[in-house]
Amino acid sequence: MMNWVHIAVPPASALLAQLLIGLINGAFYAMLSLGLAVIFGLLNIINFTHGSLYMLGAFCAYLLLNFFGIGYWPSLIIAPIVVGAFGILLERLLIRHVYKLDHLYGLLLTFGIALIIEGLFRQLYGATGKPYDTPDTLSGVRNLGFMFLPIYRAWVIAASTIFCFGTWFVIERTQLGAYLRAATENPALVQAFGINVPRMITLTYGFGVGLAALAGVMAAPIYQVSPLMGSNLIIVVFAVVVIGGMGSILGSIVAGYALGLVEGLTKVFYPEASSTAIFVIMVIVLLVKPSGLFGRGV
Amino acid sequence: MESPRFRAIRLSILLILALAAPFGFYPIFVMKALCFGLFAAAFNLLIGYGGLLSFGHAAFMGSASYITAYTVKMWGLPPLVGILAGTAVAAAMGTVFGWLAIRRKGIYFAMVTLALSQMVYFFALEAKFTGGEDGIQAVPRGSLFGLVDLNQPLAMYYLVLAIFLIGFGIIYRAIHSPFGEVLKAIRDNEPRAISLGYNTDRYKLLAFILSATLAGLAGATKALVFQFASLTDVTWQMSGDVVLMTLVGGLGTIWGPVAGAFISVTMENYLAQFGSWVTVIQGVIFVVCVLLFRRGVVGEINYLIARRRGNPPLAKAAAGD
Repeated sequence: MMNWVHIAVPPASALLAQLLIGLINGAFYAMLSLGLAVIFGLLNIINFTHGSLYMLGAFCAYLLLNFFGIGYWPSLIIAPIVVGAFGILLERLLIRHVYKLDHLYGLLLTFGIALIIEGLFRQLYGATGKPYDTPDTLSGVRNLGFMFLPIYRAWVIAASTIFCFGTWFVIERTQLGAYLRAATENPALVQAFGINVPRMITLTYGFGVGLAALAGVMAAPIYQVSPLMGSNLIIVVFAVVVIGGMGSILGSIVAGYALGLVEGLTKVFYPEASSTAIFVIMVIVLLVKPSGLFGRGV
Repeated sequence: MESPRFRAIRLSILLILALAAPFGFYPIFVMKALCFGLFAAAFNLLIGYGGLLSFGHAAFMGSASYITAYTVKMWGLPPLVGILAGTAVAAAMGTVFGWLAIRRKGIYFAMVTLALSQMVYFFALEAKFTGGEDGIQAVPRGSLFGLVDLNQPLAMYYLVLAIFLIGFGIIYRAIHSPFGEVLKAIRDNEPRAISLGYNTDRYKLLAFILSATLAGLAGATKALVFQFASLTDVTWQMSGDVVLMTLVGGLGTIWGPVAGAFISVTMENYLAQFGSWVTVIQGVIFVVCVLLFRRGVVGEINYLIARRRGNPPLAKAAAGD
């Protein structure tokens, strides 16, 4: 399989184009693994539903456009709120019942919910992707001299960076974030100080889910809107989470972007391996530093 | 504990049922259920007795099924040798994957196994010998030792039953051996097992290899039953299916996974016409099992029997967590 003969020095423009694609993928990995890390921190649950909620975000934008004529920009706000509210409903009705059980039950429960959501959308909309047009204000390409940069892609990278680091800032540098971090360490003690921890948990879940939906809306014009878009992505994001470790918010963001870039580079130098590059890195990290690059404990 | 006599009677009834089954049902249906039963029982060895949730067991079953299909069809190996080849490959993969995965615990372990199996999926999708989307079709069943033609449904059925009994017997022995006891100790309290001087990583790795090997045996046999190996068997959905079978039947019970496999295969048979609703129903069953029915069918029966006798089992062991 290792056919090294194919490797030649690629032209710089191809390299840059693939790096750009890598950075875009990385933006989505970062937003999703960040959401997973925030949820895991407080709920101790690996949210298998995350991929389906990302898909729901994209579908929400698609349906808003096709049934109500509501475009990209309002969708960017409406979809995360709608899907976030749905997430809060899920947490209140189902997920909160497994907090006291072994972590594995949380994984199984959210896996089941993911199957339900995906099955329903596949039944309703089929497995084929649906196109979603790039908003007019962001369509077009800018010539940077050394490469052509589609404006929408630049927007995705910029916006995702802002959202990710905004989240990081709120959690690591504000009063609210301090409560959140304290509740992660010792929920009973924080509750004793008069802070409503269950409500905080619910809102955190809603926020993480909203972030996934936001990623979904942003992904809609780039990838097609399809019921399967989430499950294909979530497994890669799990590998990202294993590599980065979920102990650190910043770690999950950095790991997301970095792995997107690495994947992009693999596409240039050894395209056959691009779909498995992240998994191979995961194996290497497991061998060298089993707790993950930014992780604490096992 | 139940009396040995009661157990002997129950086992003989089950055995007679198994021997007579092809006369009452489609042999291919029962063979499918037996293959999945062995697959689920192998999976249960890890989660039910070792507390390790592998979300990538399809990798072992699917790879073994590819290897068996390929070696039998392309190299003309006899069926049993083909099955051994597939099982051996699954064992080798189990050694490597297990060695990697036991470095992490709990949900990380689940995510690592899922990612590793997805790697196998992409490999199967792109490698030449697997036939990509088409899979390997029209695999000849051949004949047993050149004497018994396996194209006869009954001959094939009894071969599958024999393989199932061997595999299941190995699992049964493993669970009831000192090895199984140590495994349960690790599941319930790993630090304590370590402090008692057990090299827990070695036990976990052994359990992983055994589980992967038997999952491979199930997949290899399945390739001959259906004369076909395909991408379906290496997808994460298949890994999810086996989790569901075990959960429905009862985590950490001996017969649970087999019962779960029969339930699941029967259900699939009737629901096949409903398309994606099958996925939805599977999802609902997952949710219901996790929230309300964590003991599973067999676990629940065991619990009721024990309670009626006035000695309620330890809640923890019965719930399988």
